[in-house]
Amino acid sequence: MQWGSLSEFLAMGGYGLYVWTSFGATALCMVWEVLAVWRQHTSAVAGNREVS
Amino acid sequence: MSFMGINWFKYSSPQAFYPLAGSMIPWFAAAAIVLIGVGLYIGFFVAPTDFQQGEAYRIIFVHVPAAWMSMFLYVVMAVWAGLGLGLNARPSFMMAQAIVPTGAMFTFLALLTGAMWGKPTWGTWWVWDARLTSELILLFQYVGVMLLHASIDDLRRADRASAVFALVGVVNIPIIYFSVRWWNTLHQGASVSMTAAPKMAATMVIAMLLMTLGFWMYSIAVALARMRCVILARERQPSWGKNSSIHEVAEAR
Repeated sequence: MQWGSLSEFLAMGGYGLYVWTSFGATALCMVWEVLAVWRQHTSAVAGNREVS
Repeated sequence: MSFMGINWFKYSSPQAFYPLAGSMIPWFAAAAIVLIGVGLYIGFFVAPTDFQQGEAYRIIFVHVPAAWMSMFLYVVMAVWAGLGLGLNARPSFMMAQAIVPTGAMFTFLALLTGAMWGKPTWGTWWVWDARLTSELILLFQYVGVMLLHASIDDLRRADRASAVFALVGVVNIPIIYFSVRWWNTLHQGASVSMTAAPKMAATMVIAMLLMTLGFWMYSIAVALARMRCVILARERQPSWGKNSSIHEVAEAR
């Protein structure tokens, strides 16, 4: 482990902005996709009930 | 066809596949969470600092898995589309349709994280070099498949048209993969290949592979979940009668 403190970890040797933007965007996209599919499924189930 | 005592053809019908997919999703999701969690831990706390790029190189742990998935998912999508065309099988087209948005998302992420990596190491967000340009074209192909499918009202025609489009586009995959060898690119060559030892520390490779496996499991879970939505949306037929909508049939099984 090469991190002395939390702030050192967040700074990422001066590249914090780039590293955390990359990881943050990836996490955001994946979580958003899961929620979107979830909502799509809920509404599809509801739509199915209406037709029948 | 009976393999391991299971009649696999049974699951080529949407009604049977729907509950099967539902029971598989939690396993793939759990595997994805564990693999990504361990991968992140090794990537941030075990893997050493790169002597050339400092900590900026840690972007590799999302950039490379996202880029690999973007190409891999395109091939998988095209294979399902091709199967759909060859066997005239509706579920294959549905599977292809279910994979496209996830593939497009990973292509977008590969480009975005690439820009985030390019700025500190190359000094620019973007260059029109062969690797970056062909990956951007891949994003347009994914969007093209989605738009083409959405723009044709007749679902059978939409399936076939977008399948042909997807299959033709497979030609771009080897171009992306070999671009760093065929042309002189600013993008670095492959750090990991099948034929040579990795050009980086073992812990870095392990973290990268764990993240890739995690993204793979994630893609399967999301594609299966979207497949269920597609089945629900497309198999909705009033003729099925009052108490037999697909969801209720599936739940009853």
